[in-house]
Amino acid sequence: MSVMREIAYEDIVKNVRDIIVYSASNLPEDALNAMKEAYENEKSPVSKKVLKQLLDNADIASSEARPLCQDTGLAVFFVKVGADVRVVGGLLKDAINEGTEKGYIEGYLRASTCHPFTRANNKDTVGYNLPAIIHFDIVEGDKIDIEYAAKGGGSENVSRARVFPPAAGKQGVIDYVRECISDAGPNPCPPLTVGVGIGGTFEKAAISSKHALFRNIGSVNEDPEMAELEDTIKLELNKLGIGTMGMGGTETVLAVHIEANPCHIASLPVSVNVQCHSSRHTHITI
Amino acid sequence: MSETYHLTTPLSDETILKLKCGDIVYLNGTVYTARDAAHKRLVDLLDAGEELPFDIKGAVIYFVGPTPPKPGDPIGSAGPTTSYRMDSYSPRLIAEGLKGMIGKGKRNKDVTDACQEYKAVYFGATGGAGALLGKQIKSAEIIAYPELGPEAVRKLEVVDFPVTVVNDAYGDDLYKIGRAQYEVK
Repeated sequence: MSVMREIAYEDIVKNVRDIIVYSASNLPEDALNAMKEAYENEKSPVSKKVLKQLLDNADIASSEARPLCQDTGLAVFFVKVGADVRVVGGLLKDAINEGTEKGYIEGYLRASTCHPFTRANNKDTVGYNLPAIIHFDIVEGDKIDIEYAAKGGGSENVSRARVFPPAAGKQGVIDYVRECISDAGPNPCPPLTVGVGIGGTFEKAAISSKHALFRNIGSVNEDPEMAELEDTIKLELNKLGIGTMGMGGTETVLAVHIEANPCHIASLPVSVNVQCHSSRHTHITI
Repeated sequence: MSETYHLTTPLSDETILKLKCGDIVYLNGTVYTARDAAHKRLVDLLDAGEELPFDIKGAVIYFVGPTPPKPGDPIGSAGPTTSYRMDSYSPRLIAEGLKGMIGKGKRNKDVTDACQEYKAVYFGATGGAGALLGKQIKSAEIIAYPELGPEAVRKLEVVDFPVTVVNDAYGDDLYKIGRAQYEVK
């Protein structure tokens, strides 16, 4: 039997706390570069002006350690746990939730979780901005790999999923994504990253569309067929003319990211998860 | 051609009628915050024939749920939230004298009709520019519903708070006009 590597519960708490605080006020390099590129390419003077305001906002946020956006999101994690590692001193899930609460309190971030019907804030009952949304996977090795994103409500509200008949095909996917982004217009805070989950089951497509948003903007899909489809959809979406914050313009979408999975012979599940321009995501390995 | 104005609240009908969609406005003075939960309570008060926690005549409401202030700051980051969630409440407040709303995203026909009928405007602020916009807020005081946390009603004092007229009192919509200019059919 192999020796299990041990990681202290408190180490996980501290790491999670730190990435949450940092991400709230520092736009990652991939997102910042994509925004600068959009600023260079934008044809509409109005959208260009708003993009400049957003680049200034990123400067202020980072230099003064202020949250980029007041919607500091729900904390979403994709966690890959090596089969040869164990957490000592508590459960990994509890450590992630504890680190999340600490990060949101100590970083002066907003508590945005509430009861679905009474809308009572969870901060004094469940915990400050708890529970975190955590997707676990088991992998080989003795590391814990944590991908984190702060997911805002405005862009989540326009996201959608549907199971198509197989005959819908690629064109069906393109049309569905176009309809989603067109209907959303200014609401999800464009320029956007669009995550598309294709295949799997209903929930697998949705989770894949979320995970697709964690990929660095500007990276190329490993599957050439999906890379080509990403380019095609991006081109289609930028014809919509929505522009930055819906003011009209040529740069509506920074990137389209697809995650595809095998699916049932009867189904073609498709999910579209939308990310605003404030793409606060980070990745650490412990 | 879009104009630039520096305005101080409360806003009068005469001021509202000067504004056209696409105009840039720097707002000064008192602005009140309210999101979905607070809007519901304000409309419930009106239904019950009771007084609102602030004077609605000429007022501007900002749809925002700020982050908590750091020690020494009046407020944290404070950009706009998506406005359609307030669509079912705004016409009632406009009829009572509300003159301006600040948010982001589309409004429905009930709201834009009310803007025309009662002379009001919908301003867009830049979503996701919370750090930058928060710095234009010089003081913040919770005046109602503290139990709503970030959704409590706050009285803000703003200085040169940058907004754009999205829906004016003449029925025009900046989002429609802007998009039509760049849409490739």
